[in-house]
Amino acid sequence: MKKSRVIARIDVKNEFAIKGIHLEGLRKVGDPNSLAKKYYEEGVDEIIFMDAVAAYYDRNSLTEVILNASRDVFIPITVGGGLRTIEDIQVALENGADKVAINSKAIHSPEFIKQAVKIYGTQCIVSSIDAKQYDDMKWYAYTDNGRERTSKDVIDWAKEVEQLGAGEILLTSIDCDGTKKGFDYDLCSRVSNEVSIPVISSGGMGKSEDATRLFKSSNIDGIAIASILHYELESVSEIKYCLLKNSINIRI
Amino acid sequence: MKIAILDYQLGNVRSLINACESLGAEVIFSKDHNEILDSNGLILPGVGSFPQGVKNLEKFDLIKTVKSFAASNKPFLGICLGMQLLFESSEEFGTHKGLNIIKGDVVKFPIQELDSKKLPHVGWNEIVKNKHNSFFLNNLADNSDMYFVHSYYVRPTDSSSVMTTTNYAGFDFCSSVIVNNVIGCQFHPEKSGKNGLIVMKNFIEMCNV
Repeated sequence: MKKSRVIARIDVKNEFAIKGIHLEGLRKVGDPNSLAKKYYEEGVDEIIFMDAVAAYYDRNSLTEVILNASRDVFIPITVGGGLRTIEDIQVALENGADKVAINSKAIHSPEFIKQAVKIYGTQCIVSSIDAKQYDDMKWYAYTDNGRERTSKDVIDWAKEVEQLGAGEILLTSIDCDGTKKGFDYDLCSRVSNEVSIPVISSGGMGKSEDATRLFKSSNIDGIAIASILHYELESVSEIKYCLLKNSINIRI
Repeated sequence: MKIAILDYQLGNVRSLINACESLGAEVIFSKDHNEILDSNGLILPGVGSFPQGVKNLEKFDLIKTVKSFAASNKPFLGICLGMQLLFESSEEFGTHKGLNIIKGDVVKFPIQELDSKKLPHVGWNEIVKNKHNSFFLNNLADNSDMYFVHSYYVRPTDSSSVMTTTNYAGFDFCSSVIVNNVIGCQFHPEKSGKNGLIVMKNFIEMCNV
């Protein structure tokens, strides 16, 4: 059987790994490559590098970071933030990324996902969805790292990106991001039940039990975690041990 | 000793090159016929669709090169799409002919038979050894986790060529093959952490002989 994934998410601004709350109030937490290597050695399953300000400035500045990571991190690497053209994707892949996560550009022109899938394959294209709740069981998709609200309902948008060919969804809860108070379980459960592509949940994990609850209450395929690792609340192996103890099928 | 990684402009090869180099191998990334045939081993990588893979091999006139190398008795490793291309045909985006180096075909997972109904099969999964005598799997525990990303899988005609199987959502498929000097794996060793580096090291040692 396939394993549930524990993914380290490293948000980057300029050359620093940073972390905010609700995607805002960014604080430096270290060097992105040192963190990636550390989490790799601790047994994390994948790494996501997200350029936290790229969408805002219209560029992704992670080339050097990915290039360095591919030298000593032999697990899948996803890159996101500010990827707007096929050329941007090409550059990311050539420098060592395996997958790219696309949000803002896809919302403004959904055909971009289709076009990217046609060239690089469905496995390479991750749809990154930033969700914020506005009503009971209702969420809007946001762009530009949580700054701009769109008119897209998250559930509809998730189904649409699946139709467009995205291979995975990286689902970030803006409400929960950085709070360490647990995931948005309703959101995760809804989205993962509505689509048949893998869904990765990001935002809110503060302790191992949060992950156990999430995996038991939804069809989520993986968790993308940041604060809990960056602030050394728990290590990758501690989290995995707890999941294993609770009969979640993971890689050890 | 040098290992050639085939350059046919399909997918991320940087981590593959880095993985080989981190294990001490000298690597050339090449589309040159003579340079490739002079190498001690060849890796056919590939991320993308089957028809695009065939198209690129044709475009760079590499079909003959790959077939000659496979016939040379030197270690040959196809990874992911690079393995699928070795087969007779695939049904990805219509029926397409492959390199016909290994007998059998490439088909999509029957989604209705999967417990999870989720495709692609992406993530970590166990490989179960079928043929225990291949050096490629030396020092690797049975049921080791490897990283997969695919929606299609290979069906070798000769079941004795199946080196490992993997179970995805209740469905068993062939996750690696071996026919003489030709090895194929559906998983990505260069993305499978320490387990992946073990089989890469084995492949490099096979090239060293």
